[in-house]
Amino acid sequence: MTFLSATPIDPATLIARVESPAHGGVASFLGQVRDHHGGRTVRRLEYSAYGPMAEEECARIVAEAEARWPVRVALEHRVGALEIGDVAVAIAAAGGHRDEAFAACRFVIEEVKHRVPIWKKEFYRDGAVEWVEPDSGAAGQRGGVAEVIGIESPSREVLGR
Amino acid sequence: MPAPTTQIVNVRVLLFASYADRLGLESVRVALPALATVADALDHVRSLPGGEQIPPRPLCAVNLAHAGLDTRLAEGDEVALLPPLAGG
Repeated sequence: MTFLSATPIDPATLIARVESPAHGGVASFLGQVRDHHGGRTVRRLEYSAYGPMAEEECARIVAEAEARWPVRVALEHRVGALEIGDVAVAIAAAGGHRDEAFAACRFVIEEVKHRVPIWKKEFYRDGAVEWVEPDSGAAGQRGGVAEVIGIESPSREVLGR
Repeated sequence: MPAPTTQIVNVRVLLFASYADRLGLESVRVALPALATVADALDHVRSLPGGEQIPPRPLCAVNLAHAGLDTRLAEGDEVALLPPLAGG
């Protein structure tokens, strides 16, 4: 399975990969490119990744979700140049009922943000170009210390089962 | 008689995004003393021109998995210094 995609993501295809007659609840999440950041107008952006590790980390996250809830999960993240409105990340989680589908979908997007080595370079209307470095918000607090991510993440419990 | 302990571990340190820009490098080969840790590899990179702009406790990975600064390194390991993640 490949989780990083250099070509546009098709959410319908992703959902089709997790559907089955036993799955009555399918939750999906799309992260799309926003036209503003910090009060500035964003024209486009580029995602780059530490590809081999990003693939492994995505696989670990999906495996953790599927171990924690009775769901099947599909995940794709774009790399390369994206325009406003493009789908940057897509997740589909299918389970017997909505509770596990929603929970797994939410878990996967949060873990992707905190653990997968992907970086975003924004190109602003004023001509500036900057790497986006999440500040001390929720992502930054958890993302700033390697030990927290690697060792004390709640997902470790899942792995240990 | 036991084999002599290797005195040097050779590792490759990968840099990404803003860190790669700051050093003008995407990877560095580093020879470290036996029993070296990720922190030792980081110290070396931070001593290079531009390296002082890498924070003292960045996110790190060893062999494609997140790792703490105290992780012991072995010959051939791939260390990565990861700027704040911005996927999703």
